[in-house]
Amino acid sequence: MIKLNNIHKSYVMGNNSLHVLKGIDLQIEQGDFVSIMGSSGSGKSTLLNILGMLDNYDEGSYYLAGTLIQNMSEKKAAQYRNDLVGFVFQSFNLISFKNAMENVALPLYYKGVPRKKRNQIAMEYLEKLGLKDWANHMPNEMSGGQKQRVAIARALISKPKIILADEPTGALDTATSYEVMEILKEINDSGITVIIVTHEHDIAAMTRQIIRLKDGRIHEVIRNGELKEFKKSYMKELVTA
Amino acid sequence: MFDIDLWREIISALKKNRLRSFMTAFGVFWGIFMLIIMSGAGRALENGVMDGVKAFATNSAFFWTERTSVPYGGFQRGRRWNYETGDMDYIRDNVKEIQYLSPRLFGNQQSGNNTIRGERTGAFNVFGDYPDYFKIDQWTPVKGRLINDIDIIQERKVCNIGERVAETMFAQDENPIGQYLKISGVYYQVVGVIHAETRMNIGGGKKEETIIIPFSTMRKAYNYGNRVYFFSVTSKPGTSVSDMEDKLKKILKDRHKIAPEDLQAVGSFNLEKEFLKFNALFIGIQLLTWIVGLGTLLAGVIGVSNIMLVIIKERTPEIGIQRAIGATPATVIKHIVAESVFLTVMAGYIGLSLGVALLELLNRILQKGGDEMFFRRPEVNLSMALSALGVLVIAGIFAGLIPAKRAISIKPIDAIRDE
Repeated sequence: MIKLNNIHKSYVMGNNSLHVLKGIDLQIEQGDFVSIMGSSGSGKSTLLNILGMLDNYDEGSYYLAGTLIQNMSEKKAAQYRNDLVGFVFQSFNLISFKNAMENVALPLYYKGVPRKKRNQIAMEYLEKLGLKDWANHMPNEMSGGQKQRVAIARALISKPKIILADEPTGALDTATSYEVMEILKEINDSGITVIIVTHEHDIAAMTRQIIRLKDGRIHEVIRNGELKEFKKSYMKELVTA
Repeated sequence: MFDIDLWREIISALKKNRLRSFMTAFGVFWGIFMLIIMSGAGRALENGVMDGVKAFATNSAFFWTERTSVPYGGFQRGRRWNYETGDMDYIRDNVKEIQYLSPRLFGNQQSGNNTIRGERTGAFNVFGDYPDYFKIDQWTPVKGRLINDIDIIQERKVCNIGERVAETMFAQDENPIGQYLKISGVYYQVVGVIHAETRMNIGGGKKEETIIIPFSTMRKAYNYGNRVYFFSVTSKPGTSVSDMEDKLKKILKDRHKIAPEDLQAVGSFNLEKEFLKFNALFIGIQLLTWIVGLGTLLAGVIGVSNIMLVIIKERTPEIGIQRAIGATPATVIKHIVAESVFLTVMAGYIGLSLGVALLELLNRILQKGGDEMFFRRPEVNLSMALSALGVLVIAGIFAGLIPAKRAISIKPIDAIRDE
């Protein structure tokens, strides 16, 4: 589904060049539930941006669903994003002057779905996420968890193959975080690949594969079966910390 | 294609920031408003002046005499001289381009109240004219008739009086026609109350305070001999009155022993030249109006573009989100440009409407002012309004395009992070 070969990325800031990704090789299969971890500055958000075609890479190759994603025009990238990828952000990023239903329906608007139909579909998704009664509320009238659920509904409405979530629980309390993770798990069960970036170990532990980044390289990959051990080492880290 | 969703997007985005939208729109509103008002005012001035002269034959020229300024043929400089009836006959016979020629005599104006009727007196401008004069400077009879050729031939003691003369010399319920006025000692029968169609003034004084009597009558009654003080001519269609003016000057200098290089002795005035001057003046005014108006408009548009830039900067995260969830750059640009065009056109339309409404109001007020107003019918023609609107649309597109280009040059991810 996703295949990264030796991806390099650096940011130029004035005279300084910041080499953020120093050769990432990664393969993620259809239906995986992956979390990307790492300390701040390790390049996890950059990696997610490249995966989501929101940013270009300098070197290497990136295949998404069999297509080479390289130097795409903005227009084409937007189309791919709309077709293949759903985004969930830490700060929800709902459009503040649109109500929940309109926010959810927005991706379909860019696809050219007629208003009535897309609002109807948006309502279905809101219902799935238990927000039917909140459809006509504006984002500032909702709690953080509700907003994130609206954002997830928005990510799902275009029937993407991959959900990319950048710190989806970063702005939420623990209980709400678990709720959101539960929803993401359900989404994953329906066959959609879910990739989340997080720095919270307990959140990462709920996924089936953890990719730890360190200084722009993949430090370790922990798979499903090894999760228990990961928990142990995580405990060790906590103790030593 | 009418895209209802696009409009919903635009309206909701504008509604969100009413004050900002209003301030943005105001610059454009003011620009177009000023353009309309100034253009209308310029047009009104033009109408006011042009109405005053339009009934005047534009192919006319007027001649009077001044003292000579160059010694010639044995005469010293500073000599006083007059045209003679012989000159008129000679010109009529020899200058083929002449259409109408109307000599004039000035009545005695130094004696204060020169017109008497019973208890009533008045000081008016008295002229001796030929009927052809009415064809050069148009007058229409309000009551009675104009002086005609038979009056000239029979040297009848009749007169045409201006409206103000009628008011002064007659009671309101009196009919002046058939009544007699004593003008500089001689009685004349009023045959017509006349109204001047133009406000061009020759020989001084107000036109409504004019008394016109037949030329031949005046010559005989007051002993003018063969003198002619003044004459008006018009050229035949297709011939230049300016050329004819030069030709006549040459003839007159020749006949009166005036130096050919004397620029002062033959006083003349040519309406064709004046008309061209007027025309140039008004073209200049209209041009100036457009330059100033468009300048104001441009300032408004730059204001819109500027504020759009700020708006776009504020909305960078929002645009980032939209792009992250599948909006193409074209969609984003379309929205921003549509928003900008919508703002400018709405503002422009309101400015246009208010400007036209104000001009219309002004027009109503001015119409009550009557004939004496030098400022009339302020109006804006449709083509100008439409072209102004066209300028607005284009301006709106540009005002939106620059910020929009900038908005999409930011990577979506930077846009979202920009908080």
